[in-house]
Amino acid sequence: MKTGTKSSIGAKLLNYTLYIILFLILIVIVVINPKFLSLDNLINILKQASTKGILALGVAGIIVLAGTDLSVGRLLGLSAAVAASLLQKVTFASRYYPGITKPIPLIVPFLICIVLCVGFSAFNGFGMAKLHMHPFIVTLGSQLIAYGLCCIYIQNQPSGSTQALSSLDDRYVNIATGSILGIPTLIWCFALLAILTYIVWNKTRFGKNMFAVGGNTEAAEVSGVNVTKTILGVFMYAGLMYGIASFLEGARIQSVGTATGINYELDAIAGCVIGGVSFNGGIGTVVGVVIGCIILQAINYGLYFLGVNSYLQYIIRGALIIVAVAIDVRKYVVKK
Amino acid sequence: MEENTEGKTPEYLLEMSDIEKSFPGVKALDHAQLKLKRGSIHALMGENGAGKSTLMKCLFGIYIKDSGTIKMEGKEVAFKNPKDALDNGVAMVHQELNQVLHRNVMENLWLGRFPLKAGLIDTAKMYEDTKKVLDDLEINIDPRKEIGTFSVSQRQMLEIAKAVSYNAKILVLDEPTSSLTTDEVEHLFRIMRKLCSANVGIVYISHKMDEIKRISDEVTVMRDGQWIATEDTKDVTTDEIIKMMVNREMTQQFPEKHNTPGEVLLSVKNLSGKYQPTCKDVSFELHRGEVLGVAGLVGARRTELLSTIFGIKATESGELVYKGKDIRNKDSGESIKNGFAMVTEERRATGIFPYANIIFNTTIANLRAYEKGPILSGRKVVGDTQKIIDSLSVKTPSQKTLIKNLSGGNQQKVILGRWLLTSPDVLLLDEPTRGIDVGAKYEIYELILNMAKEGKAVMMVSSEMPELIGICDRILVMSNGRMAGILTRGVDFGGVENEQETIMRLAAQYV
Repeated sequence: MKTGTKSSIGAKLLNYTLYIILFLILIVIVVINPKFLSLDNLINILKQASTKGILALGVAGIIVLAGTDLSVGRLLGLSAAVAASLLQKVTFASRYYPGITKPIPLIVPFLICIVLCVGFSAFNGFGMAKLHMHPFIVTLGSQLIAYGLCCIYIQNQPSGSTQALSSLDDRYVNIATGSILGIPTLIWCFALLAILTYIVWNKTRFGKNMFAVGGNTEAAEVSGVNVTKTILGVFMYAGLMYGIASFLEGARIQSVGTATGINYELDAIAGCVIGGVSFNGGIGTVVGVVIGCIILQAINYGLYFLGVNSYLQYIIRGALIIVAVAIDVRKYVVKK
Repeated sequence: MEENTEGKTPEYLLEMSDIEKSFPGVKALDHAQLKLKRGSIHALMGENGAGKSTLMKCLFGIYIKDSGTIKMEGKEVAFKNPKDALDNGVAMVHQELNQVLHRNVMENLWLGRFPLKAGLIDTAKMYEDTKKVLDDLEINIDPRKEIGTFSVSQRQMLEIAKAVSYNAKILVLDEPTSSLTTDEVEHLFRIMRKLCSANVGIVYISHKMDEIKRISDEVTVMRDGQWIATEDTKDVTTDEIIKMMVNREMTQQFPEKHNTPGEVLLSVKNLSGKYQPTCKDVSFELHRGEVLGVAGLVGARRTELLSTIFGIKATESGELVYKGKDIRNKDSGESIKNGFAMVTEERRATGIFPYANIIFNTTIANLRAYEKGPILSGRKVVGDTQKIIDSLSVKTPSQKTLIKNLSGGNQQKVILGRWLLTSPDVLLLDEPTRGIDVGAKYEIYELILNMAKEGKAVMMVSSEMPELIGICDRILVMSNGRMAGILTRGVDFGGVENEQETIMRLAAQYV
């Protein structure tokens, strides 16, 4: 037992090494330019972290199943394009749907985004649960399909334009620029969805089953967990998050083109990994995901703020992900 | 070590003496020994878990022995790993097939020692060499075909060919005939005799008495990790060998039995599984308040029988009549609803969720009971967990401890507790005391008997005969997928003479 307590102190240190390193990076940024620590910057960081954070809340469940989702970014692009096309200003001459002459209720495109993303994600889930494909492969294929659909959709504008969809309705844009009680709406959305995900993960049978399937599929099956249903459910919940995130992202960037959403899956997955969601499955916390996304965004923003060469930023972010996973894996390596 | 100074070769090709090996909680080998002569076939016998495979793995460098000496041709050796052993003239065919299924025969045969030409693999030479090895052994198989396309018995023969191709001085065969057809067994025996005449020493592990009598020159019997005897095979009868294998002192203590079997709870009629390996045409009745043991050798399909009843393996034919009604148990969810519970054999692989805490591991099969609308009641979850920790005296620092940090015995208690929470009527326990220390075993026995006393029916697979004899009311003996018989306490075992021999004989009936 003595060795037990000793190694558990080591294990605890190991648990926090990553956060320590990341905070050191942030401190370096602050030391170089103390202005980084302004309220404006902090709000900006949280705002930027929010849409990707919502994506991460979805993909995290799939990673807990020992899977992954490469289709997140392209699916967001497709869904945001649909939302934007429905919510262009009715006064804008070359709008996607000239037939829409009166502003439509926001709830309509919002629900369309959700149905689209839940359906698409359920398709990925079907590939994993029923066809027993690795989700890496399923989503590698489906992200291309999503991208193709998105391009066709955007290039089919009645006006003949193939440009990004812009001139969006003010009510829509205001969602992203507005705030409630002084806090931007986007941050509210991220916070509420994080709380919802926390409850789903920790307080429902579905959440427990998700961890059971991810932690030990065979033991889950023996324990009476319906593995197929659980996998499908996790993908559909992820789809719900993607749908909401895509709607918000369209409002945030105010112009949706074929490049919208590109590589978002990488930021979402990186946020999860930095937050301690293990690719081996069965391990992860919502709090970790939220912190992981915020830290990642803070570093992204910080590097940008310091004016670091944008290519060098890629290198730093890439190294970060590798370090994150290397440390994550150390926790679970079985010592022989 | 000194060379043979007097020029005479040592009497034994291989001398293993006083070998000891412990695993956490278990002493697997306790002064084990084996002496193998040149050009002879030496049978190594013993029950499941007697330490035969462990002893051979210590020779082969898979395990490192704790103490003792191994001499090969008079020189002390200690192989660090299988490659080391192979390089020094020891080859082994394992009980399980270790093959790369999607590669071809010759690549499997020369894996780890491909013939090279200018740094690249010399495929032509590899083909010729393979052809030669297979021709020598009269094995008619195309070296270029993918190994996974062959039957298990053909693959077994290829493993044997691979071992032979090392030109080893010592060849260890660990239950090589378990999947072979009669013709192939004859073929194998021809190969073995041929190798013997070339002065190779063969260690032959098998449960099949008739084979041992036919092929071996000497036989060594092991029991509970200890060496029991070495005899010339022609001087001992099958019965004497069995007696040496099972005749142990009953040192293990069992709690007093106080359960009384009642009415029939479950009738299993002609149950056969769908996908191999599986059980075939098994019929029996399980009573309330009864502990029904399931005995058998490795490969008797005892686990498969339980899994088929529980619905995690598909049923081909047969009926389950439970509480007077036909039921199907098509999957584990349905079985659990019907009041079944199953504790699996491989606790780590299919029992625990290692990186989850005690709460999660205790309550995962019973979550429906804690739902208030869609939300789980944390109070009930924690309450039930504490109830299990208290009533089964699980030793854990807290409810939030990860289960992987508990001892095997305490993990097993948590899993039993997981099922007790679902209030089952039928408990299917597969090797419930495997890898658990003696004290915890006693507690598990008490638990099992208490459950029977409460009127539940317990069906328990075990490879430890004293345990079955100690706590079961009846013992169902499986042999090669079929039921060889059901023994009754007080008639066939339980203070009856030659009880273990009776079980062993039935277990070997269809092999």
